[in-house]
Amino acid sequence: MTAEQVLCLRDVRKSFGPVEVLHGVNLDLRAGEVLALIGENGAGKSTTMKILAGYQPATSGRILLEGEEVTFGSLHDGEEAGIVMIHQEFNLAEQLTVEQNIFLGRELRRGPFLDKRKMRELTRGYLDRVNCRVDPDTKVSALSNSDKQMVEIAKALSRDARVLIMDEPTAVLTGSETEVLFDQVRRMTAQGTAVLFTSHKLGEVAEIADHVTVLRDGSVVHDDRASEITEDGMATAMVGRDVSDLYPAKVGRPGEVMLSVRGLTVPGHARNVGFELRQGEILGVAGLIGAGRTEAFEGLCGLRPASAERIEIAGREVTIKKPRDALDHGLCYLTEDRKLRGLLLDKTMRVNLTLQALDRFGGWMIDRAAEDRALDKAIDEFDIRAGRRTMAVGNLSGGNQQKLLLAKIMQSEPAILIADEPTRGIDIGTKQQIYAFLRDLAAKGHAVVVISSEMQEVIGLADRVLVMRTGEVAGTLTGDELTEDAIVRLAVGLGANDKEKVA
Amino acid sequence: MTAETTNTRARRSLPSMSVLGPIVALVVLVAIGAMMNSNFLGAANITNVLARSAFIGIIAVGMTFVITAGGLDLSVGSMAAFIAGLMILVMNAALPSMGVGVPIILLGMLVAVVAGILAGLLNGFLITTVGIEAFIVTLGTMGIYRSLVTWLADGGTLSLDFGLRTFYRPVYFEGILGISWPIIVFAIVVIVGELLMSRARFGRHCAAIGSNEAVAHYSNVDVNRTRLLTYAMLGLLVGVATIMYVPRLGSASASTGLLWELEAIAAVIIGGTVLKGGFGRVWGTVIGVLILSLIDNILNLTDLVSPYLNGAIQGVIIILAVILQREAKAKG
Ligand SMILES: Nc1ncnc2c1ncn2[C@@H]1O[C@H](COP(=O)(O)OP(=O)(O)OP(=O)(O)O)[C@@H](O)[C@H]1O
Ligand SMILES: [Mg+2]
Repeated sequence: MTAEQVLCLRDVRKSFGPVEVLHGVNLDLRAGEVLALIGENGAGKSTTMKILAGYQPATSGRILLEGEEVTFGSLHDGEEAGIVMIHQEFNLAEQLTVEQNIFLGRELRRGPFLDKRKMRELTRGYLDRVNCRVDPDTKVSALSNSDKQMVEIAKALSRDARVLIMDEPTAVLTGSETEVLFDQVRRMTAQGTAVLFTSHKLGEVAEIADHVTVLRDGSVVHDDRASEITEDGMATAMVGRDVSDLYPAKVGRPGEVMLSVRGLTVPGHARNVGFELRQGEILGVAGLIGAGRTEAFEGLCGLRPASAERIEIAGREVTIKKPRDALDHGLCYLTEDRKLRGLLLDKTMRVNLTLQALDRFGGWMIDRAAEDRALDKAIDEFDIRAGRRTMAVGNLSGGNQQKLLLAKIMQSEPAILIADEPTRGIDIGTKQQIYAFLRDLAAKGHAVVVISSEMQEVIGLADRVLVMRTGEVAGTLTGDELTEDAIVRLAVGLGANDKEKVA
Repeated sequence: MTAETTNTRARRSLPSMSVLGPIVALVVLVAIGAMMNSNFLGAANITNVLARSAFIGIIAVGMTFVITAGGLDLSVGSMAAFIAGLMILVMNAALPSMGVGVPIILLGMLVAVVAGILAGLLNGFLITTVGIEAFIVTLGTMGIYRSLVTWLADGGTLSLDFGLRTFYRPVYFEGILGISWPIIVFAIVVIVGELLMSRARFGRHCAAIGSNEAVAHYSNVDVNRTRLLTYAMLGLLVGVATIMYVPRLGSASASTGLLWELEAIAAVIIGGTVLKGGFGRVWGTVIGVLILSLIDNILNLTDLVSPYLNGAIQGVIIILAVILQREAKAKG
């Protein structure tokens, strides 16, 4: 079966300054099909997508729209041609409401006035289609990341796209939200829309894609129907080596209690959270989005107002009121939101790397040579790939930003590391490296907490898993109890016996 | 591992337009001035231009930090007027007991410095701890200080006692090795400011806060304290500028320091600091101040364009500066 080709790239090259990042890419989007574009961080997936949608011009090569060569002079041309793109990083106006965002630039009118009733009605319809419960009047800045993503998707639905391009749409979604998205994707392809998407979750790729194209370092290395390649095959094609042993062996023999928390309460988000964390241990924290995991640990680290009955670190009671206190006690939090809370996107890697631990680089004058040495080391250790050292961090590929963020947090050499979604948006090869890094850290006598929405990740990586539900600890699982089923049951608040209704 | 991170010599290559722009503009202005009037490059005129630049310059250095950290201070002009009034009142009042001499001058300086820091802390406190927009807070304090000085002067002028004035005058008009005090102080403030901005932790923290406050907070930067410090530092520098300014006229009135805030902000922006924060450079601000004073100076020395058009030309330069910055940014 060869469906009609809607949008094609022919021998497309792209350079940023002296660095060429795409070396002659060919790509075919067919009507009614889902094409998955996969590859390592920095392989050029986002760049390819932006060229297709008209966000960035190609340096050379041709774009064919239904066989005719086109040049997208601007974004608008892309939209005119029916190409809609959802970006890897959100592209919503934070200060506008959900409804205003959905109709931004195409507000409906009745005479000279806005047709508010019609827009409200349509907005509700689009949101319902993606099962999103937010009020159309909420400001986007107040939404959670997954709700923002759903609003992005609703916005794309409202555009009646001929071609829908989604750059890592599921990175911030839970399993059930992903299913909702995929249902909509199937509905759209049934109507003849061509869909291009990328994800680092290869299971999803296998589930939804009709066709798989693999990019490695800016060149296509595999291009075939999805039925012709397995998940392992995809991973190998992407990374260029075998990555079947994703998780390191759990050799951990937990030592002394490093951190003990009792009665931690974060107003509005978490109540009476208590747990113990031992030296050499990786504690996983699971739960649904909105279970208050991030907020609880931010509160613990003094990043937001919180109170606790008692916090002990290495056997001594401590009070943590601000981030400085946490850091002084060797407690460090890696944020889940690299764009808004993690990195200064307009600054260089050097500035970002040392920001948190600036007092380790010279006195009140900064020792730049030491900073540069630290950057050399971080680039090497975390395999950060950037065209130039001096480029703004916002121009790094998403996964490389994440690696830089991890390197930044490690500059303060925390004894206790709390990593919130540490592998979000990271390719499978790098995931393996990060898991090995975290395990190694634990083996060296540090203690690690990994908050993650990916069930496989907590199960594969953690020695023990704490499950949270609506702001409280629902239970802890170890050893053989540690199954996906058990986590889900605790997370949604079902007893051990009633197994039905588990999503 | 083909896509290696390369350590190119980009940093050593040709500086970008945003760096060159202000420097080129300054050079062009100097060339125009020199062509138009033979006295322009004379020591007397240069000293005059620099000394006049010093007040705004000292304040603008402080403003660079405030703006870099994502803030703004509209109150500096009227703060200067208020501090000048206060200094004069205190010194006049202390005259009978202390007599003319160094101690009373030092007392006046102490008053200026302390009042400046307090005024800056007040702005900073309202902005950081209370959480009101910087624009609103400093618009408010701008009105308050301006009206206080008018009230202190009872609508007229506060004048320093004649004997004191004669004794204090050298602080503006004399110096060491023919360089007058305001210029020396300005130079010191600039050097310290530049080091603080580009080399010290404080400057890095200011830029981080202006670039993204949340990231700074999550990176263990004490956002409120750093912001508060920028306002306090600006207040201190307003005090220092006033110390240099009072001996020049020996008086303060409702029109002292009028529009200084706008000139200081303009100088900062012309110098390449980003108005919405995140990036600042002190040496740029110095160039900005010099550009503004040179325009004024050239218009006064030549009769090509009416000096009344000074404001218009400055306005054009400010807008041009911002356009240049934007183009530089678009090119990456
Ligand atoms: N504006 C830019 N300036 C300079 N380099 C850039 C720019 N945008 C992207 N790059 C570089 O191009 C390469 C490809 O980046 P791209 O974002 O397409 O990767 P990606 O495959 O989407 O990776 P990820 O999975 O991490 O999102 C990277 O090396 C990146 O650093
Ligand atoms: Mg990408």
